[in-house]
Amino acid sequence: MDAYFDNSASTKVSEKAIDIMLKTMREDYANSSAKHIKGVDAEKYVKDAAETIAKTLKVKKSEIIFTSGGTESNNMALLGTAMAKKRLGKHIIISGIEHPAVYMPATFLAEEGFELTVLPVDKTGRVDLEVLKESIREDTILVSIMYVNNEIGAVEPVDEISKIIKSKNANTLFHVDAIQAYTKLRINPKTQGIDMLSASGHKFHGPKGVGFLYIDGNVKINPIIFGGGHQRGMRSGTLNTTGIAGMGVAAKEAYDEFDDRIEKIKSLKNFIMDELEKIDGAVLNTGRGDNFAPQIISVSFEDIRAEVLLHALEDRGIYVSSGSACSSNHPGISGTLKAVGIREDLLDATIRISLSELNNMDEAKYLIDNLKELLPLLRKFVRK
Amino acid sequence: MKYKSFLIKYGEIGVKGKNRYMFEDALMKQIRIALKEVEGKFFVSKELGRIYVDTDGDYDYEDTIDRLSKVFGIVGICPMVRIESKDYENLKKSVVEYVDEVYPDKNFTFKVDTRRADKSFPGTSESINADLGEVILNAFPEIRVNVRKPDVLIKVEIRTFINIYSLEIAGPGGMPIGTNGKAMLLLSGGIDSPVAGYMIAKRGVRVEAVYFHAPPYTSERAKRKVIELAEIVARYSGPINLHIINFTDIQLAIYENCPHEELTIIMRRYMMKIAERIAVENGDQALITGESIGQVASQTIQSLLTTDAAATLPVFRPLIGFDKQEIVEISEKIGTYETSIQPYEDCCTIFVAKHPVTKPALEGIERSEKSLKGKIEELLERALETKERILVKAK
Repeated sequence: MDAYFDNSASTKVSEKAIDIMLKTMREDYANSSAKHIKGVDAEKYVKDAAETIAKTLKVKKSEIIFTSGGTESNNMALLGTAMAKKRLGKHIIISGIEHPAVYMPATFLAEEGFELTVLPVDKTGRVDLEVLKESIREDTILVSIMYVNNEIGAVEPVDEISKIIKSKNANTLFHVDAIQAYTKLRINPKTQGIDMLSASGHKFHGPKGVGFLYIDGNVKINPIIFGGGHQRGMRSGTLNTTGIAGMGVAAKEAYDEFDDRIEKIKSLKNFIMDELEKIDGAVLNTGRGDNFAPQIISVSFEDIRAEVLLHALEDRGIYVSSGSACSSNHPGISGTLKAVGIREDLLDATIRISLSELNNMDEAKYLIDNLKELLPLLRKFVRK
Repeated sequence: MKYKSFLIKYGEIGVKGKNRYMFEDALMKQIRIALKEVEGKFFVSKELGRIYVDTDGDYDYEDTIDRLSKVFGIVGICPMVRIESKDYENLKKSVVEYVDEVYPDKNFTFKVDTRRADKSFPGTSESINADLGEVILNAFPEIRVNVRKPDVLIKVEIRTFINIYSLEIAGPGGMPIGTNGKAMLLLSGGIDSPVAGYMIAKRGVRVEAVYFHAPPYTSERAKRKVIELAEIVARYSGPINLHIINFTDIQLAIYENCPHEELTIIMRRYMMKIAERIAVENGDQALITGESIGQVASQTIQSLLTTDAAATLPVFRPLIGFDKQEIVEISEKIGTYETSIQPYEDCCTIFVAKHPVTKPALEGIERSEKSLKGKIEELLERALETKERILVKAK
């Protein structure tokens, strides 16, 4: 049996998305900016996708900018805001558990003369709202906080954060990295006070290499990629009609089937968490309820090296990740796990099980059975 | 102007007496193999004790030089301009053109050295040297002659065609692959073992390799990294038969039954035993390791003695007297370094003790191994039966 539990790293592309992408390559392959009819045909895919995505967020389609993915969306939000607002102020706030696609551009800005405040988080990964309140100043131009943490699944109190920001400084922009949240939560930027929001296609059964950044119509930031003036000059470069069309279809499917999918994922999560709690030496870093996303389970196993467990599971056709797939490329230990203060000896003993609605109960049971079998074997052989 | 031929200079194989033709043929064969992948038509021939590579039509010059400079046995590669006409005036004109193009900066001293293999060509070597020297001096007043220590030695060879050359690109030296038998390299993902394989291959030895894989403790990526290293070594050694052994159960048996501080040394001994079994099956005459005295606990002189005793074939350790930095330099030169330093755990480090033995006594180790009796034999057989074999080609 193959059981793919690494859906927060990437997902299987939906058949409908594949179909429309093939069509953009086989038939409607023209440049969507071309003036002839074939260009118009190609542009329709982009318009449809923008409309679909705008509907899922209850925003205008002109507020959606297509990018090459989550990393570019986050870079654009941070660097574009910094460039546009540097005369108003040079203070930026992020949380201590942001993805590198946020903290790296933030660090770059700090090196370029901006001032960076990094908010602490509590044991469940939620940012300290008191510290946030104290940190916002007259020259704070941007607060960037993720919606769902990619390693432990913590859901940040986005509504409260935006209220605090706006009450302290109406000019401060609020960017939300929603790469693990989009299609897993219902998001309404207008009512939640979100000025910018990043998402990535391949996290919800769309293709890789495409994402979007929502920018509120009243917000002006600068582009970071210059060229032929595509997307009203905000993001130049021939539009990736193939990727955009695929992402649009995947987003529509996700929100059309939202309740069924989330219910299924939640029941799988609950089952797996119940079973993990029964395993000796298993420490859950993820909780239940609304403070945690439905699709992510972070669990540490005492005296087990995560990478060894990962390969042992792989041998049984079960795929998980150690830390997050992004950070496991680096030998360094997960920033989030450290920030939430999990035990030192568990940092290197933590795996992430991430679900999608394509998983089923048989796979979940298969995972648990194999864990029960492998953990004692692996514990027998530890570095002395 | 375009180089049409290459004179291949070789070193040691020139002094091998009656065996000389055998070495030359082996070198020609290796040159042909190396040039197979290069765009263009090549003819490798032997004439009057020299090896020539002639080209016909368009070919990729850079790639040709790159491939030739990795063929063991070659000391130097001289790109030559070929003149088809044997008209003397035309030769003079061509020599002047050659100098003009190859040396844009004319501030140097030179000497012409003619080799008149075609004795029907008029004049003597000396008179041709003098004539050609004169036309060069007349054409470029800044150039000066120096017959004793010239900056540039312009060689003119008069055979079926006339060849002009003065450049020499260094080859790797050594002996042609296939002239010195076959050996089995214990290849890990580290810096040392690929260099050791390269060095033995350089002596004309055909190299096979064995890698010990320990899933789930080592990853599929670690295995791919080893294959990648073999691909780089194969650029020099030719295709490598890579044997992959699943070592996990043996390692765990040692872990369970033997003193922990002796784990690495006992493990090394079983690696030697397995490598030797595969080597003998494949007709290899020696084992190769990347060990260097004192580098780690398992490479002290006592440890080397203990691992050596596990094998009956000779164990070649070409890096034995090298410092780490010297090994790194070679690995950078041959191109394995970047791959070697990718951080994937190999099976030697996963269970390593905090304080492994550094001065094991053979009798003591053999005593410890007695506790494996009755279990290890079957595990060894299973490891050999489940062996995977990949033919790794240069990449």
